[in-house]
Amino acid sequence: MTTVPGFTALKLPGGFTLRLHRRSTVTVAALLTTASIIVAVTVATGAYEITRSDLLHTLMGGGSDMDQFIVLRQRLPRAVAAVLVGAALGLSGAVFQSISRNPLGSPDVVGFATGSASGGLIVILLAGTSSFASIATGTVTGGFATALFVYALSAGHGKGGERLILTGIAVGAMLSSVNDYLITRATLEDAETAKAWQFGSLNTITWPHVTPVLVVLAVLVPLTLALAGPMRVLEMGDDAASGLGVEVARVRILLLAAGVALAGVAVATSGPIGFLAMAAPQLARKVAHSPGIALLPSMAMGAVLLSAGDLLAQRLLSPFQIPVGLVTAALGGLYLLWVLTWRKG
Amino acid sequence: MPTTRSYGTLTTSQGAGRVLSPLAAVLGLGLIVILVMTSVAVGSRPIPMADVWDGLLHRDRSTESVIIWQLRMPRTVLALTVGACLGVAGAVMQALTRNPLAEPGILGVNAGAAFAVVVAIAGFGATSFTGYVWFACAGAALASTLVWAVNQRACGQLGHPTTAGNSQTRLLLAGVALSACLSACTGIITMFDEDAFDSYRFWVVGSLANRDQSILLAFLPFAGIGLLVALALGPSLNALALGDDQASSLGLKVAHIRVLCFAVLTLLCGAATAAAGPIAFVGLVVPHAVRLITGPDQRRVLALSLIAGPALVLAADIVGRVIARPGEVEAGIVTAFVGAPVLVHLVLRQSRRNS
Repeated sequence: MTTVPGFTALKLPGGFTLRLHRRSTVTVAALLTTASIIVAVTVATGAYEITRSDLLHTLMGGGSDMDQFIVLRQRLPRAVAAVLVGAALGLSGAVFQSISRNPLGSPDVVGFATGSASGGLIVILLAGTSSFASIATGTVTGGFATALFVYALSAGHGKGGERLILTGIAVGAMLSSVNDYLITRATLEDAETAKAWQFGSLNTITWPHVTPVLVVLAVLVPLTLALAGPMRVLEMGDDAASGLGVEVARVRILLLAAGVALAGVAVATSGPIGFLAMAAPQLARKVAHSPGIALLPSMAMGAVLLSAGDLLAQRLLSPFQIPVGLVTAALGGLYLLWVLTWRKG
Repeated sequence: MPTTRSYGTLTTSQGAGRVLSPLAAVLGLGLIVILVMTSVAVGSRPIPMADVWDGLLHRDRSTESVIIWQLRMPRTVLALTVGACLGVAGAVMQALTRNPLAEPGILGVNAGAAFAVVVAIAGFGATSFTGYVWFACAGAALASTLVWAVNQRACGQLGHPTTAGNSQTRLLLAGVALSACLSACTGIITMFDEDAFDSYRFWVVGSLANRDQSILLAFLPFAGIGLLVALALGPSLNALALGDDQASSLGLKVAHIRVLCFAVLTLLCGAATAAAGPIAFVGLVVPHAVRLITGPDQRRVLALSLIAGPALVLAADIVGRVIARPGEVEAGIVTAFVGAPVLVHLVLRQSRRNS
C-alpha cells in the first residue's frame, strides 16, 4: 500500500482499504458541527421566548402545547429543511460543475433553476393547485425539460463548458420572461403567492414538506456518491475516461439525472434558492484544499450556507421575514461578481 | 475616413452597406409609418385606416380624434422613443465593450435603473416620472460602470484572441450576477409594500400601457440629448473598434470617448427604463439585424438602429395588444420572446467560431 501525501488509508474488514483525504474529512466534520450549532440556535431562539429547560423538556416530548407547537412544528422542521435543501443544492451544484468541468456550470447559472421555477409557476397559476406533490411534479419536469433543451442545444461541439453556460444564460433569460408573463396574468392574490414562492423561502415549511426531501436525498445521495469515482475520471476528458474503462455516456446521464432531480426537489420544497449550488462546491473546495470537486464537503457546505442564510433572513429585519432566496441571491450575486473580477485565470 | 479601409476583408460588405443603408433607411421609415397607422387603428375600439389618416391630419373634438390624440398617439410615440433609445444604447454598448453579446438588459443596466426606481418609490415617495427618472439614471450609470470595470479586468490584454471567448462569457455572467443581486434587493423592497408590488409587477415587464402624456413630455428631452450625442459618437466608435492604442494614435481621446459613451448609456437606458420599465433584448437584436445590412461602420449602425429600434418596439407593442385580447401582453415580454432565441443563436454561432 503506497502512501499518498494528504491521505489516510483505513483498513476495512474484508481486505478493503478506504483512502480518506484528511483535510476534507476534517472539513466535513467541522461543517457538520457548524450546521448543528446553527440548527440549535434556530430552534432555541426567536420571537417566542422559551427557557432552556423548557426547550429540553419540549424536545423530549413534554412541555406546554404552545411550546410544542412553536418548537416542534415551526422551528424544527424549518431548521431541518434548511439543512436538507442546502445539502441537496450543494450536491447538485457539485455534480453539475464536475460534468461541465466549469466552476460556473451550476444549475442556477445555466438556467435549470429558472426552468424549475417556470414549471412550478405553471402548476400554481394555470393548474390552480398549490399542493406539494403537484408543485414538485412541475418543478422537476420543468428542470428536466430545461436541462435536456440546454444540453441538446449546446451538444456536439468541443469546448462544452463555455457553450453550455452561454446557452443556459440565454435560455434562462427567455424563461424568466415567461415567468414574469405568468405572474402578470394572475390575480394579485395568486401573484403574491407565486412571487413569494418564486423568491425562495422556508417561512411556511412544515413536516409534510420535509419528508419528500428526506426520501429523495436518502435515495440519490448514495447513488451519486457511488458514481463519485467515475465522475472524477470523467473530469479528465471523455477520451481519457473511456480509455480508463468508464462508460462515459451512461455515467454522465446518471449524474445529470441525479443532479437535476436534487435541484428539482430542492426547488419544490423552498422555491428557487439562488447561487447556493454555485457557491457551495467552490467554497468547500477552497476550505478543504481538495484536488477537485468533492461531493461530501459540498453537501455539508450547502447545508451550512442555507441554514445560516435562513437564520439571517429570519432575524435581519425581524419580525418581517425576508425570503431566504433573496438573501442568497443578493450575497451570491456579489460573490459571483467577485469571482469573475478578481479570480485569476 | 481611414478607419473604414482598415477592415480589409470587409470592404465588400462596406461597399454594399454604402448602397444598402440609405435604401434600408427609406424602407424602415416607410415601415414605421405603416406601424404608426396600425398602432393608432388597433385597440378595443378599432378605427378604420381611412379615418386614422383623417384623424391624424385634422384634430377636432370627435370621439375618434380624442382617442387618437389622447390615448393612442402618446403611447405610439412613447414606443418609438423607447425603441430608439434602447436600440442605439445597444449599439453603443456593443461598440464600447467590443462584445457582440452586450446588451443593457442582459448586462444588468436596466436592472440597476429598475432597482433605483423602486428605491425612489419606496424610500423617497417619488410618484411621478420626473421624480424617479434621476434615480433611474443614477442606477443605470452605476450598473454600467460596474459591468464595464468587470469586463476590463476580465479582458486583461485587450482583444487578445485566446481570451476573447472567455471574456465574452465573463461579461455576460457579470451581468447575470449583477441583475440577480439587484433584483433580489428590488424583491426585498417590494415585499414590504403590497401596493408597490402591484404596480411594480406590471412596470417590471416593460409595459407601454397607461403611460400618460406628461411622462412622454418629460422623457423626450432625455431621449433627444442622448440620441444626438450617440449619433455624434459614430466616427469615434469606429476608431475605438481598432483598439485603444490604434485609436489614440489616430488622435482620439479614448478616455473622453468612454466617459461620453457612459453618459449616453446612462441617459438612454435610465430614461427609457423609467418611462417603460426594463425592456430587454431590443439593444441586442437591433444592432445585429442592422449590421447585416450596414456592415461594421458604426455611423451607419447607429443611424439605422435609430430606425430599427422604434420599429421593433412598436411592432412588439402592437402584437402584444392583438394576440391576447381582451388582455394585453406587455411589449417587454414580446421583445424577450423575439430576442432570447436570437441570443441563443448568437451564442451558438460564437462558440462554434471560438472552438
